[in-house]
Amino acid sequence: MAVYEDWSTERAAQVIAEHKHLDGATMPILHAMQETFGFVPDPVVPMIAETLNLSRAEVYGVLTFYHDFRREPPGRTVVKLCAAEACQSMGSTALTAYAEAKLGVSMGETSADGRVTLEPIYCLGLCACAPSALVDGQLVGRLDRATVDEIAECVAAGKHFGEV
Amino acid sequence: MKSPRIFVPNDATAIACGADRVAKRLEAGLLARGITADITRNGSRGMFWLEPLVEIETERGRIGYGPVTPAEVDELLHAGFLHGADHPKCIGVVDELPWLKKQTRLTFARIGIIDPLSLTEYEAHGGYRGLKRALELGPSGTVEEVFESGLRGRGGAGFPTGIKWRTVAAAPADQKYIVCNADEGDSGTFADRLIMEADPYCLIEGMTIAGLAVGATKGFVYCRSEYPLAFVVMEKAIEKARMAGLLGDNILGSGVSFDMEMRMGAGAYVCGEETSLLESLEGKRGLVRAKPPLPAHVGLFGKPTVINNLVSLATVPIILDKGGKFYRDFGMGRSRGTMPIQLAGNIKHGGLFETAFGISLGELVNEIGGGTASGRPVKAVQAGGPLGAYLPVHQFDTPFDYEAFAAKDALIGHGGIVVFDDTVDMAHMAKFAMEFCAHESCGKCTPCRIGSTRGVETIDKIVAGEKREQNLALLEDLCHTMKLGSLCALGGFTPYPVVSALTHFPEDFGATPKLPAAAE
Repeated sequence: MAVYEDWSTERAAQVIAEHKHLDGATMPILHAMQETFGFVPDPVVPMIAETLNLSRAEVYGVLTFYHDFRREPPGRTVVKLCAAEACQSMGSTALTAYAEAKLGVSMGETSADGRVTLEPIYCLGLCACAPSALVDGQLVGRLDRATVDEIAECVAAGKHFGEV
Repeated sequence: MKSPRIFVPNDATAIACGADRVAKRLEAGLLARGITADITRNGSRGMFWLEPLVEIETERGRIGYGPVTPAEVDELLHAGFLHGADHPKCIGVVDELPWLKKQTRLTFARIGIIDPLSLTEYEAHGGYRGLKRALELGPSGTVEEVFESGLRGRGGAGFPTGIKWRTVAAAPADQKYIVCNADEGDSGTFADRLIMEADPYCLIEGMTIAGLAVGATKGFVYCRSEYPLAFVVMEKAIEKARMAGLLGDNILGSGVSFDMEMRMGAGAYVCGEETSLLESLEGKRGLVRAKPPLPAHVGLFGKPTVINNLVSLATVPIILDKGGKFYRDFGMGRSRGTMPIQLAGNIKHGGLFETAFGISLGELVNEIGGGTASGRPVKAVQAGGPLGAYLPVHQFDTPFDYEAFAAKDALIGHGGIVVFDDTVDMAHMAKFAMEFCAHESCGKCTPCRIGSTRGVETIDKIVAGEKREQNLALLEDLCHTMKLGSLCALGGFTPYPVVSALTHFPEDFGATPKLPAAAE
């Protein structure tokens, strides 16, 4: 489980100040925001726009173009299952259905209790040990039902995946 | 007595298969036995079915054990693996394995052998010889050496790298850039990731040579966010290279300056397209640019830019070290040198196989790859990522070569081969190709943005048997429009998997006449 900071305008301003010197700073700033707060809160859009001399529409456009950036906080555990071809060739579609049932959440959603977010990811480059997943930032290869069960147990117990 | 040296890989695949836990158990096991040993976290050898592959240095060479589970570590220690003892998981001297011996590792010569972040080991294995020679040759001599090698863009387009470099070198500008495309989004590919994780200085050296050759002082590596480990290894390597005077001002006292930065993508597949990548680097939406102007003339921040695939840049050091002619002597036809072929998906022996162009697809899949992991018959392979064609078994005699694949309406792309067994539904895969295109389209051009969604709907109708003939004609027409009318390869190449699936596997689209439906 990732631990994020609570929203604060001062902290956001600090994050912007740390990255604004970079060429084409928008993306590095958005990444840093998400790393800090777990998502990109709406109030940062005008802050970035003002600092980088861009319009709000431009910043909003970037924020919403990329699949990675969230505008809502994620679940405490984020499970990303690879949905690309190599993983499909090793049965990821059926495994995804199993994970959805086991975690009680559909692909692309966060559970109502905020425990878990399940998302597709298109290729982790682990295609020779498919199916693969990224759970709380940890890479998992040769994913099977037993590992999905283990992930579900961690989610239920509020533990970090891999913590025994 | 010298303490034994043990190697436990730390590339993403090995870690995803438990290498970190293996290393921990090993440390604990050694400590409990009072043995001092040096555990080196090397990159992977690229034999992923054996990961985690633990190696021990012996007089006979490096002896491997794999795949090792954390639970097996104690048993291995007990069996005497520190002396290279026999064990069911022992695979013998790693360098002698036919899977490795059959390869021609030029670009990937060091992966899995060295500690990725050790500059000393990098240099001991031929590192920085290319840059030194480039400094002797000077900018134009370096460009000509790359031209001479016949190297073509390894991202998939296959454009001659030397011509790109000549164009940028000739463009007058106060600032030029080197951009490395490490947005390796194709399913079934991991060559870029392996270089970054297992031999990062090779990319740094290649980019430095490119900078010297065309007169660029700044480089960016645009690495996808799905490769968090590669990103971290590269950042560390850049910092170490800077400290060693191999990046920054006056590199190796030559008066040449070059520095580079890592940048992270954000999950957009289309950013692997070069102009979309440049937009993203500039901090914008990854919308594809119309060409011309070419990035070589108007690239990053409007300046002349060399934008190359990571493997192309990582191949430059060996070309400079051994000479363009040396590299050109490998390969066939107009495909010169070697290609890192990535065997993936439902395959028994998956991994990275670098070899000269010309090897047949069948040899790659059946002999080297050992067939499917499931043990079922191979039905098709997708070569070249999500935009690549599906090839049926009867086309397995096709040699791995840009032109030979093009002649079969297929592409080698970035060298990925994804194997499917006979349980795959090709209509589903064709639909997935269209869905993926719809999901990833940047939205700038209509054929890609709208065509992909219409494609999904039309395939659904065909499979449902709804106005079959008309919808087949419509799908064909739609693919034609996307192929010729899209601004970039995303919309332009999505028809490849769709049309190939339809051509070679019509039965999956309901071609066998079904019994008429019951009376309405």
